[in-house]
Amino acid sequence: MKYSYFPGCTLKSKATELDKYARDCAAVLGFEMEEIENWQCCGGVYPMARDEIATKLSSVRALADAKAHGRKLLTLCSACHNVIKQVNNDILTDSDICSRANNYLKLDDPYNGETEVVHYLEVLRDEVGFGELKKAVKNPLKGKKIAAYYGCLLLRPGAVMAMDDPENPRIMEDLIRALGAEPVIYPQRNECCGGYLSLDDPEAVAKRRKKIADSAKEFGADMFITACPLCMYNLNKADSSVPVYYFTELLAEALGVKE
Amino acid sequence: MDKREEILLISGVDPKKCMRCGKCSATCPSYDEMEYHPHQFVYMVETGNIEPLLESKSLYKCLSCFACIERCPRDVEPAKLVEAVRLCAIRQKGANHIKAEDVPELVDEDTPQQLLMSVFRKYSK
Repeated sequence: MKYSYFPGCTLKSKATELDKYARDCAAVLGFEMEEIENWQCCGGVYPMARDEIATKLSSVRALADAKAHGRKLLTLCSACHNVIKQVNNDILTDSDICSRANNYLKLDDPYNGETEVVHYLEVLRDEVGFGELKKAVKNPLKGKKIAAYYGCLLLRPGAVMAMDDPENPRIMEDLIRALGAEPVIYPQRNECCGGYLSLDDPEAVAKRRKKIADSAKEFGADMFITACPLCMYNLNKADSSVPVYYFTELLAEALGVKE
Repeated sequence: MDKREEILLISGVDPKKCMRCGKCSATCPSYDEMEYHPHQFVYMVETGNIEPLLESKSLYKCLSCFACIERCPRDVEPAKLVEAVRLCAIRQKGANHIKAEDVPELVDEDTPQQLLMSVFRKYSK
């Protein structure tokens, strides 16, 4: 299967490991990620106001490009996934936003929400299958106690994101099991890391970091995995006692493709 | 159009659906940072008490984490109200909460682009 891949701004700069290991693993697992030509930044946060149109257009352009290629749109960054999937939902469910976006873009073929948005984790679960993935593991991550950190963007709003149960998810825990490690279930795994507040109010984010790390440690975690560069930044500060990795890095390690 | 009407229109929220259970504020990860909490936003918009909200720092503490939206038993979507009130504030001339010239001294070598994008989307117009 070939996907139209939307990397997003941070995967080209501060989160190159998230991107590189994902590509290396896709090659081993038998699916292709073709980067969308001339993609534009998703904006990082979904614009909630009903009169916002310009801030949604980069998502619509990417969605229309995937449609033109007859492919699903693949994301890796939690924020890109959240923004593009929610904008796609607007196009599908809000005729006002749909017609105004199309009026702006003047596409040869109007975009009406046809593209399916999938996250890399969903490809592992639904296309590759965790059973098959387990068979492909060369270096099982034995003895590692891993806390999946979902944060907010992968799961919510649950009705739109529809990746997993937003209050009791298991997709990353199932991935951890497939890689031969032990998942740690802890209460703070689907609460926000403090997000973009770290520029304006770093003390507030430090409180969130401590709460999340304490929660994971209490349940015995050695490390976090995440799909979000901003969660990585907020959790992975000098005062933090639990190291953070992108899930793709551990995947690459287990599949034996990490140099 | 008055401010209340504008906020209701651009948020798409009907605050009359609120049954005052307080679950939005109980689950808000920014609760301690806020002067007005999510349930107060809902009530104050409903009653047209908008000015204190427009001037409050609470507008910039909401993380858009969708916890209140997910967990509201009445589907009120408080975060959409907070976003609409914030837009009413920052869409005024000179009211951006953060300016490009403020940024260099706030970043470090690990600051992800995603953070800067998100901040400008949320705090300035």
